[in-house]
Order: sequence, then structure tokens, then C-alpha cells
Amino acid sequence: MKKNEVPQDREDIYEDKFGEGLLKYAVEESGDYTTVQSVGWEPEATALKQALEEVDYKVAKAAEEVRNGTRSPVFYFMEKKLMDPGILAGYMGLWKWQVKRHFRPDVFKKLREKTLKKYAQVFCIDMKELTEFK
Amino acid sequence: MNFNHIQSAHCETGVIVNMLDFHNMQLSEPMIFGIGSGIFFIHLPFIEVNGVPATNYRIWPGGIFSRATKLLGAKVKSKKFRSPEKSMETLDDLLAWNIPVGVMCSVYYLPYLPDAYRFHFNAHNIIIWGKEGDEYIVGDPVLPDLKRINKDDLQKARWAKGFPEPSGKLYYIEKMPSHNPDLPEAIRRGIRRTMFLINSAPLPFIGVKGINYLAGKIEKYPEKYSERKSLLALGNLIRMQEEIGTGGGGFRFMYAAFLKEAGKLLNNDQLNNMSSEMTEIGDQWRVFAYNVARIIKDRAGKTDNFQTIANQLREIGEKEVNFFKKLGKIKF
Repeated sequence: MKKNEVPQDREDIYEDKFGEGLLKYAVEESGDYTTVQSVGWEPEATALKQALEEVDYKVAKAAEEVRNGTRSPVFYFMEKKLMDPGILAGYMGLWKWQVKRHFRPDVFKKLREKTLKKYAQVFCIDMKELTEFK
Repeated sequence: MNFNHIQSAHCETGVIVNMLDFHNMQLSEPMIFGIGSGIFFIHLPFIEVNGVPATNYRIWPGGIFSRATKLLGAKVKSKKFRSPEKSMETLDDLLAWNIPVGVMCSVYYLPYLPDAYRFHFNAHNIIIWGKEGDEYIVGDPVLPDLKRINKDDLQKARWAKGFPEPSGKLYYIEKMPSHNPDLPEAIRRGIRRTMFLINSAPLPFIGVKGINYLAGKIEKYPEKYSERKSLLALGNLIRMQEEIGTGGGGFRFMYAAFLKEAGKLLNNDQLNNMSSEMTEIGDQWRVFAYNVARIIKDRAGKTDNFQTIANQLREIGEKEVNFFKKLGKIKF
């Protein structure tokens, strides 16, 4: 990549939080390497947006599954907070299989208040959002 | 504390550059990357991260740090903790002694990053330079400016769960070498180790031959995965290659910069030529990323698209395999 080829594509998803830009390595006319700040690159942003769309898709699907009674709110909030069963189990101090069991609406209904409280805390939500899913 | 914040492309190499600079050893990021044998390739088809196979263009987290500091003769102290409170206390104590502290953390809890970047990625590295009230002064090596973060957020970031688990890990330079490091020797050893790691793994998906292996996998995506998953797997490649602070082209430009600098220092034209070759390979990776992004954007998961992408990747793979064989034969 030559110095003058370093892309400068401004994209909304960077929220202007990278200031002058992130560092890329590029070749100067003399042939030496140098660093250039880049405010962004469109292909990179495309991949990032794709990953975010996937999250939205999974969250919407999870909400539907909670409403039609095939999954519990625990599953929904796990997706919403970008977690997976392994990460969630880590925060809960439970085994992965236990967390997965809590995805079942019938098991979820029987959860103790203490467990529910812990879930709410991990998801940073009110307990009501868990027990009275919209 | 008297310090410069030096912006870098990558977090791990950046932390090393900043820490060494604080202790009056000025080395470039590519030099650290080369000495620390950072360049790599690995594709793990059976380990899925966020639902797609894992790919990486660099050596495992922490590998560059331990290797580079060892070859340069800097003694590093690294600690993990059982209790969050203790991990914060120890951090405060070190700062009170005017010692800059490297901290392993999750990007999910760093409020100064764009939301789009805040996935549960736990192997990020930052430097804590100081504390003012309840706020810490953070040098995130990939960012142009210093940031501030409050105690709660920092604690959460240091105690993120998942894989890997930081468990409050912190590290700092305990002792610098009494003599100037033997840079030519460190460069030689860095390259030799890279040759070993990248060429001689007995498994087909570890090292640069893994690029061809991945190409073979991509060819089969249309029959193996849904279109949605196929495109996600391709998108993940670009993210690993470009977005996570690689300096462009999956660290290939950074490595080319290292070879350039090494060539000059050792007065070796062959290394200089290898640098130009690596730059060309990096450029090809960029074209690859560009083409993959077009496919994602057009949602064109057609079979022949995957074939085209796979062919391009195979071309890069052949070049890298040859490159690292050639690099291994250079005498210096």
C-alpha cells in the first residue's frame, strides 16, 4: 500500500471516536515504510455492519421465540448483550449446560428469585424485564 | 509520571513500544513485531467464534510480548488475581510508584470505543498511566489520544468472562537490561522463530499453508453452509484482517516494515527485497478484502463467487508459502 493510497472513508459506525484515525503502514515514495492515520475503509466497515446486522437478526428472532413460547427471556437477553452460553455461564458462575437449560420456558418459570436476580444483574436490566417480558 | 503516548497499529505491540519508551528504549512497532515473531496464519475450522470458524493472522495473544521482552532483556512481571478488589488495589499501588501498568481487558466495557467495536473480545491490551480521583488515564495504543475511564468500567473490563478470561491480569516492566540489547541478534532470532512456527507445524491449518487450506474450505461453503453463514464467515475474515488493528493487510505491511528496517540495520539487501515482496502480498490481501466486501454488499452468495475468492486466496497462499521458504534461506 502506497502512502497516498491509504483509504480515508468516513463511516457513521466509527462515531468519530477514532479522532484523526487509526494507524496503517504504507510505503513512501523513497520506498521506506511509514505510518499514516486512516479514518476508515469502506470494505472494513461493510464487514463490521454485516456483523452488527447479524446481531440484530438474532435478537429479533430470539424475541419472536420468547413470544411464541419456545425460548425463555434469558436466551433473548443473552443475544441482546452479544453473549453466548459460555460467556453467560462465566458471568453467572454456572455450567454451560445449566444456562442452556434456563433457555427452556418451563425451566425458566421455576427459577429461584436469587437466580433471576443474578441474571438481571449480569444483563444490567430490571428484574421485571426478565419476568414480565414485553 | 512523565510519558509520551505513542499511537500504534496494534494493541499488544503498542503496549510494548510505549512501555519500553517510558524506560528510555526507543524501538518501532514493526521492530517489536518482528523480534516478537508476530506474523502468522491460522485457520481453525472446528473452533467457532460468533458462529463462524476462527481465523487469525498473528501469533497467539501475549506471544509477541513475552518473546520480544525476553530477547530485548527486559524483565516483566505479570500477575493474575482471585479478587477484583485486590486487582484494583495492586494497580493503584503500582501507579503510586510511578510504574505504568499494562492491563488485559475486554473491549466490551471500554466506553471510548465506538459501539460497533464493543463485542466480547477479552484479549485487548491497554496501558494505565495514572489515576485522578476515581478515573484512570488510559493509553489505548491504537487510538491517537489518551482516554479516561472510571473505576467501575475498568474493573468490569478486567474481569470480563468468556475466553480468554483476563482475571484482572496486569503486567509491567520490573527491570530493564543493563546493556543495550543486541538488536541484530534479536532480529535473527525473531526471524528464525517465525520460520519455525510458520513453516513446520504438522497440521495443515497452522502456518501459511493454512491459507491454501482455508481456500479449499471456502470453495465448499456453498454446499456446507447456508448463504447467510457463508457470507458471515467471509466477513469475519476481513474483520480479522483489517479491523482489529493490524496496520492493514493482516499484519503483512507491518512485517514488511520490519524487514525494511532490519535490512537497513544489518545492511542486507536481500531483506530489503523481501520487504518489497511482502508489501506486494499485503496489497493482494487488500484486494482480497475489497472483493469479499463486494460479495457481502451484493448479498451475492453465488457458487462461482466463492470459487473466485478461493482462487485469489490460493494465489496469496502460494506466494506466502514461497516467501517464508525463501526468507528462511537468507544468511545474515
